[in-house]
Amino acid sequence: MFDLTGKTALVTGASGGIGAAIATALHEAGATVGLSGTRTAPLEDLAARLGDRAHVLPCNLSDGDAVAALPKDAAGAMGGVDILVNNAGITRDNLFMRMSDDEWASVIDVNLTAAMKLSRGVLRGMMKARWGRIVNITSVVGATGNPGQGNYAAAKAGLVGMSKSLAYEVASRGITVNAVAPGFVATAMTDKLTDDQKAAILGNVPAGRMGDPAEIAAAVLYLSSPEAGYTTGTVLHVNGGLAMI
Amino acid sequence: MSDIADRVKKIVVEHLGVEEGKITESASFIDDLGADSLDTVELVMAFEEEFGIEIPDDAAETIQTFGDAVKFITDAA
Repeated sequence: MFDLTGKTALVTGASGGIGAAIATALHEAGATVGLSGTRTAPLEDLAARLGDRAHVLPCNLSDGDAVAALPKDAAGAMGGVDILVNNAGITRDNLFMRMSDDEWASVIDVNLTAAMKLSRGVLRGMMKARWGRIVNITSVVGATGNPGQGNYAAAKAGLVGMSKSLAYEVASRGITVNAVAPGFVATAMTDKLTDDQKAAILGNVPAGRMGDPAEIAAAVLYLSSPEAGYTTGTVLHVNGGLAMI
Repeated sequence: MSDIADRVKKIVVEHLGVEEGKITESASFIDDLGADSLDTVELVMAFEEEFGIEIPDDAAETIQTFGDAVKFITDAA
């Protein structure tokens, strides 16, 4: 249904489970994709699986200079960036009273500040093209909070406020800015949870199961599509009913 | 009129869709030519590209009128 032929998409965190699924979905819809991440090997593997129209763009989002260079590198490789998916995220969980300045700052830097800088970096081209899609991957915990994740939840809530503010500014130029808020999805990030923790979480999920990365990717694909042109400033929650907000 | 002024005028006509006759030396982009704040950012971006110059944010804020733009670019180019 959604055709992205001729569009270029930059996906950060493409070496992770959700990022790889997003890149795959956009690619299947016809987009040329730029795969960014810190670990080159999984990016190369993904690019090899996708075949044509896939570019590997390694970037460490905790490195300010690398973040500044990424939009230019992506435009150089693909001819432009029509769609930006700020998916990369890290966790440095700790109880609030024990959280170090570094645990706080590193999560804010990668999950929020890098998304701001990348969005700013791609906007010029989108403004000129009078078309653009920015999709920020936030999290259910940005809306609900989560013990041990004060830093992560703050960054994810920050992404929502940023998305909405930017959505106001650029709506008249054919650029939409939205967020997707996954619940608990089966990825390396949630593999770190113990079985007891998983069981406790699933007890609160009406769907009774973890989400599949492809189900997050489907939401991103919609928000990246021409058909979503009238949808901006929204948060699309994909969480199996965990939080109906 | 200088070549720079002609090129600036062309950009303003294209971006704001205004008649060339309205673009006088003292015409304010926002008050007289109907630009919104985002238009002024886009105009500055277009000037940077057309003339191959960098216009820092604090300088961009001083460019309010067509005359301001021509003067800044003439000095910078």
